[in-house]
Amino acid sequence: MIATGNPDVKTARRPREGGRRFPLHWIGAFPFLLYVGLFLLLPTVIVIVGAFAGKDGPTLSNITELNQEFVLNAFVASLLVSTASAVVGAVAGALLAYAVATGNPRGVLRRVVTSACGVLAQFGGVTLAFAFIATIGSVGFVTLWLQDRGLNIYAHGVWLTELPGLVLVYTYFQIPLMVLVFLPALDGIRPQWREATESLGGGTWHYWRYVAGPLLAPAFLGATLLLFANAFSAYATAAALISQGNPIVPIAISNFLTSETGRANPGLAQALALGMVVIVAIVMTTYALLQRRTSRWLR
Amino acid sequence: MTRARRLRLRVFRTIVLVLGGAFFLVPIGAMFEFSTRGNHVGAPRTLDAWTTIVTYPDLLGAIRDSLGLAAITSVAMVVLLLPTMIWVRLRLPRLKRTIEFLCLLPLTIPAIVLVVGLSPVYRWMAINLVDTIFLLSFAYVILVLPFAYRALDAGLSAIDVKTLSEAARSLGAGWGTVMFRVIAPNMSSALLNACLLSVALVLGEFTFANLLSYLNLQVEIFQLGLANAGTSIAVSVASLMFAFILLVILAFFGRVRARVAPERAGLPFPGAAGGGLR
Amino acid sequence: MTTAVAAAGVGTATRGGVEVRLENLQRRYAGVTALDGLNLTMAPGELVALLGPSGCGKTTALRLVAGLEQADGGRVVVGGEDVTGQPTSKRDVGMVFQAYSLFPHMTAWQNVAFGLQMRKVDAGQRRRRAGEMLELVGLSGYADRFAHQLSGGQQQRVALARALAIQPKVLLLDEPLSALDAKVRARLRDEIRRVQLEIGITTLFVTHDQEEALAIADRVGVMHSGRIEQLGPPTVIYSRPATPFVAEFVGLTNRLPGVVQRGSVEVRGASIPLVQPAAADGPAVALVRPEAVTIASDGEAATGPLVGTVIATAFLGATSRVTVDLGDVTVLAQLPTSEATAYPAGTRVRLALRPDPVLIARDEAKAESA
Repeated sequence: MIATGNPDVKTARRPREGGRRFPLHWIGAFPFLLYVGLFLLLPTVIVIVGAFAGKDGPTLSNITELNQEFVLNAFVASLLVSTASAVVGAVAGALLAYAVATGNPRGVLRRVVTSACGVLAQFGGVTLAFAFIATIGSVGFVTLWLQDRGLNIYAHGVWLTELPGLVLVYTYFQIPLMVLVFLPALDGIRPQWREATESLGGGTWHYWRYVAGPLLAPAFLGATLLLFANAFSAYATAAALISQGNPIVPIAISNFLTSETGRANPGLAQALALGMVVIVAIVMTTYALLQRRTSRWLR
Repeated sequence: MTRARRLRLRVFRTIVLVLGGAFFLVPIGAMFEFSTRGNHVGAPRTLDAWTTIVTYPDLLGAIRDSLGLAAITSVAMVVLLLPTMIWVRLRLPRLKRTIEFLCLLPLTIPAIVLVVGLSPVYRWMAINLVDTIFLLSFAYVILVLPFAYRALDAGLSAIDVKTLSEAARSLGAGWGTVMFRVIAPNMSSALLNACLLSVALVLGEFTFANLLSYLNLQVEIFQLGLANAGTSIAVSVASLMFAFILLVILAFFGRVRARVAPERAGLPFPGAAGGGLR
Repeated sequence: MTTAVAAAGVGTATRGGVEVRLENLQRRYAGVTALDGLNLTMAPGELVALLGPSGCGKTTALRLVAGLEQADGGRVVVGGEDVTGQPTSKRDVGMVFQAYSLFPHMTAWQNVAFGLQMRKVDAGQRRRRAGEMLELVGLSGYADRFAHQLSGGQQQRVALARALAIQPKVLLLDEPLSALDAKVRARLRDEIRRVQLEIGITTLFVTHDQEEALAIADRVGVMHSGRIEQLGPPTVIYSRPATPFVAEFVGLTNRLPGVVQRGSVEVRGASIPLVQPAAADGPAVALVRPEAVTIASDGEAATGPLVGTVIATAFLGATSRVTVDLGDVTVLAQLPTSEATAYPAGTRVRLALRPDPVLIARDEAKAESA
């Protein structure tokens, strides 16, 4: 940072001084850029480079290793779980957001729900998995309650610790996330649009079909994509819930990263990670583009 | 709005909110229920699972370490981010979009991917520096960046940083004074937001600790769960309650007042795609 | 400075307006009475302005006609048909809101054609009619623009075109100019009046700006606390206010304390007749228009209850408003500018009050907001 005692009038008055002298105030940003470069950009580069690195130089062998059945299965499973939990979370979350948005904007209900969603959207991993085990695990509260009434939900196998269970557990944080993302869009819907539609002869169906629907569609799709990326990247919950195998990509990565199973294969882990990065990057870019349209219409 | 429509809306809202409330409260209730179960079928409720928490030294150590990590991460985050953001606002406005992009990047890079890239870095640090769990703070600051950036940005937007700092400087204040005695006190709620969000995130973090082989709170809960389900669930409930209290404080006291919608001001940025929590 | 657009007479209806009647409308919510028995009959093709401060119930009245709110009592009759129970979408009204009512994801012509789309008009005809309406409001070249690409004034013109495209029975305007810049406001209000006259549609125009109301309405209804205090042509409202509230809300008023005695009020040595000679004797506040105050200059030695010093002069074009300090009260006088220039600031002047009948207010009525 610039030495004190010398009022930096010069730099303040000439923000665009170009390259005539080394712009000293850029130093102020260095610590941050250095830190982020080291702990965020460098690992990303390591992953990308490492995916193509072999023992004797650049190679595509890691990538081609991806073409194994269990890897492809893991990707498919990840995509299915992410899509399912994203769609369920999006629909349920949108309904919940609508219920909140149509209430008093300064009321207690709204503040409670948005605070709760803030907490629950972060609630994941081990704690969440255990919560569901306590609820509908084999000796969970709800399981036993249903059993007392003659319903055995695990008659065909314990599905909680498999992919369907994962989808259910994921919705627990997907729905609050949806509420947080979608609520601002709902707030952007002005009451005048509904009233104008009515005065022009449109009923409820017309309103949703021609006005509110098209206006909210980008926001809804964008939010769904966000939920998808969220589920796709999730690791901790699945790790706590599913005890073995390579069911989804993040768990596969962790298996090949740690040498506990004796099968450490950092190259493959990096290739898998690269695959994840590509998928998430595509999703998030689409999300960003949709956001631009939303923010223009629903300011 | 016609009366019929208003009624339909009210019915809809009631149903949705009741169902939603049930869906979200039942698992938490179930955790309480599970953690107070007796030893066998028909046994009375007991707090054994809770009281045995203190008998697990690993657990206590993990709690202590996680709290330490939370504190260190919060401080490091403020020290790294606040001066940079203020400086960018005052002197480097062209850099603002870059900083924003970098701060939001951790949301798009899955935690698991970051771990893969960081594990060589951590291995190097463990060998050449000191191998302690607190090394995790380096990674945690990155994870916390998106949320902290949003919270601090909201706080800085609500006050006129340029004018305040110019006024202070013209009165002879150095940059340290400007930052910590002029600007920071005026964005105390945003700072509180950012710190509480960091604490909540660190306490709930599992991915990094697990894959880099450190024993933090969540990892310990997980391992304990394999041995003693009741106690591990009791600790889960406790940590959840703690995080909940923190975030309630945040929601009710950490509200930035001017120009920013409450949802955007302090609550976690939508898009925690990279959080090591899940 | 108002250019009152000359009304070519109520009823140059090229397409024929309908009569609109509001009968004894009541509306209450949350313990507040918004409308307290409102009665209004609008002749076909007439433009009636509801004028009043916020909270007086004018917007509520408009929304009851539109069907956006339900009346607790009374009837709305449009063209002989009781529409009180009908939902908005069936009422065939055209409505222009204060702001933000254009659909942001549609272009201007799509907005205008929307009502026709609801009525299942085919695409070609929709496009044609939308073009006609946009031309009517002077925005022919802007058909393909979106709302965020239009200025505030242009957006409101599109909103007007949209409301008229469906050939409604009534046109309802809810403070359409309030969100616009002053200059745009003046131009647009004349536009609205021009279009309204051309089409001949019965129109209800709600505003808190008296200049707007007086400039374009056939009749003005001054509202206060849920009731119409006075209904009449703009000239009458201005020059013969029926109540103190109207006198103070419309135009400027000097409040001069005085004493009522036998049908006239003694104000600072002058005796002025009352509009209501039957008023009880006693202290009261006379409401005197600035145009009723004249100035003479008597030089430095002048004394008397109507003698004071000129503080400031506001140049308004053909007339000027002179502020005179009488010591205990400040009086506004409106004179032709040529006269006003004779009394620069600091001049000691003597005022005279013309003997036009005035309204009085008792001091308790001071609580009314202007």
